[in-house]
Amino acid sequence: MAAPSSTRIEQLGYLWTDERLRGIAFQVLAVAGLALFFAFIIWNTAANLKHAGLASGYGFLLDPASFDINQRLIDYTSTSSYGRAFLVGGLNTVLVAALGIAAATFIGFVVGLMRLSTNFLVSRIATVYVELTRNVPLLLQIIFWWVVILALPRVRDSISVADVVFLNNRGIRLPQPIFEDAFQLILALFVAGCIGTFVLARWARKRHELTGRTFPVGWSAIGLIFGLPALSTLFVGLPVDLDIPLLGRFNFEGGFNVTPELIALWLALSLYTGAFISEVVRSGILAVDKGQIEAARAVGLPPGLRTRKIILPQALRVIIPPLTNQYLNLTKNSSLAVVIGYQDIVSIGETVLNQSGQALEVISIYMAFYLTLSLLTSVLMNWYNKRTALVRER
Amino acid sequence: MIATTRRVLSCAVLAAFALPGIMGTAHGATLDDVRAADELKCGINTGLAGFANTDDAGNWVGFDVDYCKALAAAVLGDASKIQYVSLTGKNRFPALQAGEIEVLARNTTWTFSRDVDLGLTFVGVNYYDGQGFLGPKSLGVSSATELDGASVCIQTGTTTELNLADFFRTHNMAYEPVPIETNSEARAAYEADRCDVYTSDASGLAATKATFDNPDDHMVLPEIISKEPLGPVVRQGDDQWADITRWVLNALISAEELGVTQANVEALAQKDGGSDNPEVQRLLGSEGSMGAMLGLDADWAARAIMAVGNYSEIFERHLGPDTRLGLERGLNALYSAGGILYSPPFR
Repeated sequence: MAAPSSTRIEQLGYLWTDERLRGIAFQVLAVAGLALFFAFIIWNTAANLKHAGLASGYGFLLDPASFDINQRLIDYTSTSSYGRAFLVGGLNTVLVAALGIAAATFIGFVVGLMRLSTNFLVSRIATVYVELTRNVPLLLQIIFWWVVILALPRVRDSISVADVVFLNNRGIRLPQPIFEDAFQLILALFVAGCIGTFVLARWARKRHELTGRTFPVGWSAIGLIFGLPALSTLFVGLPVDLDIPLLGRFNFEGGFNVTPELIALWLALSLYTGAFISEVVRSGILAVDKGQIEAARAVGLPPGLRTRKIILPQALRVIIPPLTNQYLNLTKNSSLAVVIGYQDIVSIGETVLNQSGQALEVISIYMAFYLTLSLLTSVLMNWYNKRTALVRER
Repeated sequence: MIATTRRVLSCAVLAAFALPGIMGTAHGATLDDVRAADELKCGINTGLAGFANTDDAGNWVGFDVDYCKALAAAVLGDASKIQYVSLTGKNRFPALQAGEIEVLARNTTWTFSRDVDLGLTFVGVNYYDGQGFLGPKSLGVSSATELDGASVCIQTGTTTELNLADFFRTHNMAYEPVPIETNSEARAAYEADRCDVYTSDASGLAATKATFDNPDDHMVLPEIISKEPLGPVVRQGDDQWADITRWVLNALISAEELGVTQANVEALAQKDGGSDNPEVQRLLGSEGSMGAMLGLDADWAARAIMAVGNYSEIFERHLGPDTRLGLERGLNALYSAGGILYSPPFR
């Protein structure tokens, strides 16, 4: 009777001396300890918050917001809910981030190439721009551009372009297009052009791989996407009316307004991040092996094709990971908007917080929002990064 | 992955907020806490002319600051035993809820949801304010009902946006809101003509107008579009502390009504040869035991008045016509002088 139990104890002893199993045991213990620790913190926090009356949940998001927002990408009135106000603010953040990313990328590539230019003046101008913008705090730059725009002429002395576009210190007032029914035809042709281009591009690439013959995809794309709808207007006319701004007692009425806050924030973010991106681009291009360029020259590729087909694809591999960082920075920096009153998610959240008093909930919404936006950007950029990496291996 | 990260992060935030709560929240014994620390932690504005701002020597002065001093004098016997905590519109309620301050005297509007939903107790009103509009005289507007289509600069931080939206909606007018968080940027926008009018509490507008280069070029429009009863706030659940804070405020108001001033309070409080008005005697503790009922000593109110004077003296010192703000008493006059300031009786 005693023998089996003693062997069992011996087996247990072996378990203990087995290094691998012991390792696993410690890991399990560590995880369990960590889980207990966090469970305690969560439980304790929840209990204390409840006791202090600090956290009362997210039910308030359904209550009416009762305040107005000057820049709305979706329908919103003061009778809409707090939740919808957050959505409007979130979209405003996404808008300025997207505009900023597009402009900063453009500025970055142009300036990056300028800095590598052999022309003294061109490269020096680029250097001055980069050193000036990246060494001044972004907050000051935002306020600087805002003040510059506020110094534009007042409403009554607006700078007008052909009496339809007006520029003053309350923004840019543009005519608003009002689409008639026939516009759907043009829209349909535009979509058809896009699909056609996609199909054409695939066919051209396949043919290029099989036979080596190239096809002018770029020009055909412009023709298909823009030419087709433009051609149709010859037959149906331009089925768009313009709502042209008219000067009212205080402001222009009609049309739509691009606020000075959006312009200032967009300029500051693009110029600031553009400087960093230009350095990323420069380093990426310098990282391309000299032999690659010499080889391209040896096979007789002209300079334009050399940049497009040989240098850029290889430079992109180096450029994209740090570029992703800059995109994320730009998105998060857009929260500085609150200083000049651009109604992004933080600005609107502050109003919600002041009115509802739900400090913790509002801050958690900020965090969730920026986290989601950043992770989405990362996922997109990682996907693009993988694609450029694959091209290299092929 | 996204969900886990978010969960971990939200836990971190909750923990960061709750830790002071674990240590600081007192259950019904705020008075003991204040006495044990021998210091009153009073939440005030980060800087608003007349209400709470620092003087040349760096000391906090102002209408709200004087309430803190009166309370400290009543409870601790020394108006200087105060730790001032400047708070923004954003963090004032969490600071109070989490126990970082014992009383909040920071231009805080008494509203239903704050009183009921946030677990706070408003103990009274020390200033009846209302939201108004400031505009340049050259605009040619004499009433806020003529503002259809205007751009309005808003200094955010209270329920300003809500009142504005309600006002324009009920008058069926359109407007462009330009909400800016800090007073300096909002002012800059108004002065650069980014907007036609500037809106905030009328007392704040007077303070802002006073700092313009040419104050006479601007006017406050006659409409007051909201009720903003401002007053001290405490945590809900400690009735004794709420009573003390409420009756210190009432003592200052009653003192004005009864003619008790900083100069004569000592003489009036004498047991022999002092005031022969029984209510003054009860207020100043030479008769009855009102101090003991509050858990304080007999001359608590006398000390508060000695420290800062009565309501009228505080008002004239920081907000009245002789100050930069130049505010009239208006609604804040005693009920017997055409205002609505009214303290329940001391008996």
